[in-house]
Amino acid sequence: MTLLARLTEKSWEGPAPLDIRDRPSAGAVGLVTYFAVALVMFSLLIAAYLMRMGLHSAMGHASDDWTPMPDPPLLWVNSTILLLSSAAWERARRSVGGQATHWAMIGAMLGLAFLCGQLLLWRHYAQGGYYLGANPANAFFYLLTALHGCHIAGGLAATARAFALQSLRAIGLCALYWHFLLALWIILAALLLST
Amino acid sequence: MATTLADDLRPLHHPHSWVTRYVWSQDHKVIAIQYSVTAISIGLVALTLSALMRLQLGFPGVFPAIQPDNYLQFVSMHGMIMVVYLLTALLLGGFGNYLIPLMIGARDMVFPFVNMLSFWFYLLSVIVLVVGFFVPGGPTGAGWTLYPPQAISEGTPGHQWGIATMLVSLAIFVVAFTMGGLNYVTTVLQARTRGMTLMRMPLSVWGIFTASVMGLLAFPALFVAAIMMLFDHFAGTSFFMPMMQSMGRVTPTEGGSPLLFQHLFWFFGHPEVYIVALPAFGIVSDLISVHARRNIFGYRMMVWAITIIGALSFLVWAHHMYVSGMNPYFGFFFATSTLIIAIPTAIKVYNWLLTLWRGDIHLRVPMLFAIAFIFTFIHGGLSGLFLGNVSVDVPLSDTFFVVAHFHMVMGVSPVLVIFGAIYHWYPKITGRMWNETLGKLHFWITFLGAYAIFLPMHYLGILGVPRRYYALGETGFIPESVHLANEWISIAALIVFAGQSLFFVNMIWSLFKGPRADPNPWGAASLEWLTPQTPPAHGNWGAKLPVVYRWAYDYSVPGAPRDFIPQTEPRA
Amino acid sequence: MPIAVAITVLVVASVAFHLFSPWWRTPIASNWGSIDSALDVTLWICAAAFILLNLFMAWALVRYRHRPGHRAHYEPENASLEKRLTVWTAIGIAGMLAPGLAAWGKYVSVPKEAALVEAVGQQWNWSFRYPGPDGVLGAASVKYITPDNQLGLDPLDPFGRDDLLVESGDLHLPVGKPVKVVLRSKDVLHDFYVPEFRAKMDLVPGIVTYFWLTPTRTGTFDILCAELCGTGHHEMRGKVVIEPPKDFAKWQSEQTSFSQILAEAPPAAMSILLLKANACTVPASWSNR
Repeated sequence: MTLLARLTEKSWEGPAPLDIRDRPSAGAVGLVTYFAVALVMFSLLIAAYLMRMGLHSAMGHASDDWTPMPDPPLLWVNSTILLLSSAAWERARRSVGGQATHWAMIGAMLGLAFLCGQLLLWRHYAQGGYYLGANPANAFFYLLTALHGCHIAGGLAATARAFALQSLRAIGLCALYWHFLLALWIILAALLLST
Repeated sequence: MATTLADDLRPLHHPHSWVTRYVWSQDHKVIAIQYSVTAISIGLVALTLSALMRLQLGFPGVFPAIQPDNYLQFVSMHGMIMVVYLLTALLLGGFGNYLIPLMIGARDMVFPFVNMLSFWFYLLSVIVLVVGFFVPGGPTGAGWTLYPPQAISEGTPGHQWGIATMLVSLAIFVVAFTMGGLNYVTTVLQARTRGMTLMRMPLSVWGIFTASVMGLLAFPALFVAAIMMLFDHFAGTSFFMPMMQSMGRVTPTEGGSPLLFQHLFWFFGHPEVYIVALPAFGIVSDLISVHARRNIFGYRMMVWAITIIGALSFLVWAHHMYVSGMNPYFGFFFATSTLIIAIPTAIKVYNWLLTLWRGDIHLRVPMLFAIAFIFTFIHGGLSGLFLGNVSVDVPLSDTFFVVAHFHMVMGVSPVLVIFGAIYHWYPKITGRMWNETLGKLHFWITFLGAYAIFLPMHYLGILGVPRRYYALGETGFIPESVHLANEWISIAALIVFAGQSLFFVNMIWSLFKGPRADPNPWGAASLEWLTPQTPPAHGNWGAKLPVVYRWAYDYSVPGAPRDFIPQTEPRA
Repeated sequence: MPIAVAITVLVVASVAFHLFSPWWRTPIASNWGSIDSALDVTLWICAAAFILLNLFMAWALVRYRHRPGHRAHYEPENASLEKRLTVWTAIGIAGMLAPGLAAWGKYVSVPKEAALVEAVGQQWNWSFRYPGPDGVLGAASVKYITPDNQLGLDPLDPFGRDDLLVESGDLHLPVGKPVKVVLRSKDVLHDFYVPEFRAKMDLVPGIVTYFWLTPTRTGTFDILCAELCGTGHHEMRGKVVIEPPKDFAKWQSEQTSFSQILAEAPPAAMSILLLKANACTVPASWSNR
């Protein structure tokens, strides 16, 4: 049944189907719902980023204190690592048995490498004098990367749990989550690079 | 990841000791009670704060212990606790947890462990909130809206540590809510029993479900706003902090936008109103239907109205900001979208009234509260039209009219529903009946008292009396009679405050001494009354999950032997 | 049954309260009668809905109360009735929205001939500034503030030299002349609120906000702060005096201009003042001359 048909059902009339086997798993539903939550959170931050930057001069806030950060090569390196990580997870999702665990492990390791790379990036910026409080562009950079990093760390924790439980379905969900974080990172990186 | 659909009980978490059964419990019913008790306890703190505020407003100068700083702290903590830590937590964490699995025929929430974590994070957020009362400088006095720059600037009470505990507590609350909300939404989507189509769910579930979706999408705004303000406060960033003077010195911050915070806050804050209202709408629909022995009138329209209200409420946030200094042309859009919401809301009111019409109305205590809700909600909803209607809002904003409006619509109204709901489901939750006389006395004091408090406030607001004022002082346009009104309002408030003890006495006494309750004392058709045990046991349904053959509103069906047909009764 | 009586009594009492309570709008002193009439339209429509709906409820509670043998009517929905109610509600809503938006349309369009005046808020008092003979308010910012330059005027901006400063006194406005009130905050959020004017607007540090009005009645009115601004919020008061244009001109001629303040400032204070200004860019208007 389409959603429209479901929502216009005259439920006081006639019988309804008793079958409920066509539902997706609870984990998948919960995860996709969480994507919506994370998407709203990052969208709001991006909106705030643009507004604070002064693009939204309709608000009357044409601020001139915004100095964009430089874009070091490390940003590209990290992005590539995350891309590879996501690819490994996809490979894990499509494999079976030991193969799946194997690729998942690689995916998780690359995820960890991405996190380390992000920490290096922070150090790099800090050494260059781009401190958190020095400029709103810096503040947004640290805030966005920190929140994204927290999500990666959460994913790693979930992965550890999936390994502990030897759950193959959990690997599929982890892969989905990784793709989501990759897409999110591409949007964030594009934002940071283009401004 | 276990689904709770299977008839066998294996996937359920089975408690082995008293501690895992009642403390680290993963049973939705226990978690619901933990949530409710915590929410009501912290709500009592907020209620006490309101009594203290009324003492100051009604009898200025009589209580030298209440200084301007204290007054603002009472205002701020009262508002935040009531809106977030009481109403949201009680309606979703309490009623949502208890009712969803029972009403849709599930054994538990789909992620019981996450559900348990949700409560413990909520408790942590409440503890951090309470710690705020004891830090140097006391809790924040920036108003529940926590607007920067004043929230973290000198001149505002609690600008150093009080605001920090508040923001940290809110961030934790959002995490707790997100874990709970994911559970409620997924459970409704995924764990409905056989035959329970979306349109066969009771409206309580629809209200709680829609409110949970909204909460999931709205609370992130509060979360990022809190985090950003913490950065501004402790890390010297200037997201929200402009170049300004603070106690004679120019601050090092520059270029931040206080309006950015207001946009984020109200992007959360307005949906929050409906996060509280929609579960109340849903629950009151069921109360009215059951006690009027009539199907809820226009069920489909009620469901659509709930979802439309939920969606539209994300497009109206700036109606709190008409005179905030934002681009004034936004006013046209936000006034129009705000008044459009009034249409589905009005339809809900009509359908409640049309459910009473041609009904068979039993005026038991839960029904009295439901009727009182309709009255106060009509009043509060209509006064909202004044404030939404952009230019009419200009003279009224930040006056007592606003205070009167939101207390009527999202204070008194949801609280009346909560009382009604507690009286309604108490027999199922505890297996005992409460005392009817005490219940009625509690009802009359609460209903009439609350109206006596808030009706005159509208008129003080139209006169122009500003809100959040420690004292009105000598002000040309404020006549002596206003001070008299404030005295009377305070007296009414104190009577209502004291009257709530009747509720607690009734509930606690009945818990031990109340007569044993019938499993289905009101003759209700929905699933939660059809559990094999009362109160429902762990796993809710015994050996076999119920199968649903009809909607939840088969009351007074022509030709049926009784005036209700349970949802589990097969069609002929 | 008592609940039906109570509902009826509350409806009657609410109407009586509206008619007989001493609290209603203050007598208006500005051109914003359109806001008052939008409020009246909203009130009449809402009052009609309030009375009708509640009396219907009270009637239904009596008429359809439980009696032995009585049974409710089974009717899942009534699409045409619901449709009609929706349309009538929409008409009522449109009826109150139209005057509301019309008044807002006027509120956001400042007439060209409006005079300028600036109100500056700080914790917890008001100051005012008039543009002087040139009709232009000079540049100002928090960063220029010194003990001798409390309003933070840019000492290098020639437009600011003739500005008249009222740092501890009343705001004076001529009756019958439209005026654009420009609002600036030195510290936190405030709100310029005179109940008799109906108009109000927040002061937001970092940006300049405004609203406009035409005073229509002479007299002295209270200025209140209507945005919580800290401990002294309730004591942040000022006065606005509406007077005939002649009296206003006379009062204005007695005010101190910024150049007078600069002339009287001791050399040490002057150097601090200029030092603050030098740290910043030269205003565009300066380089043009």
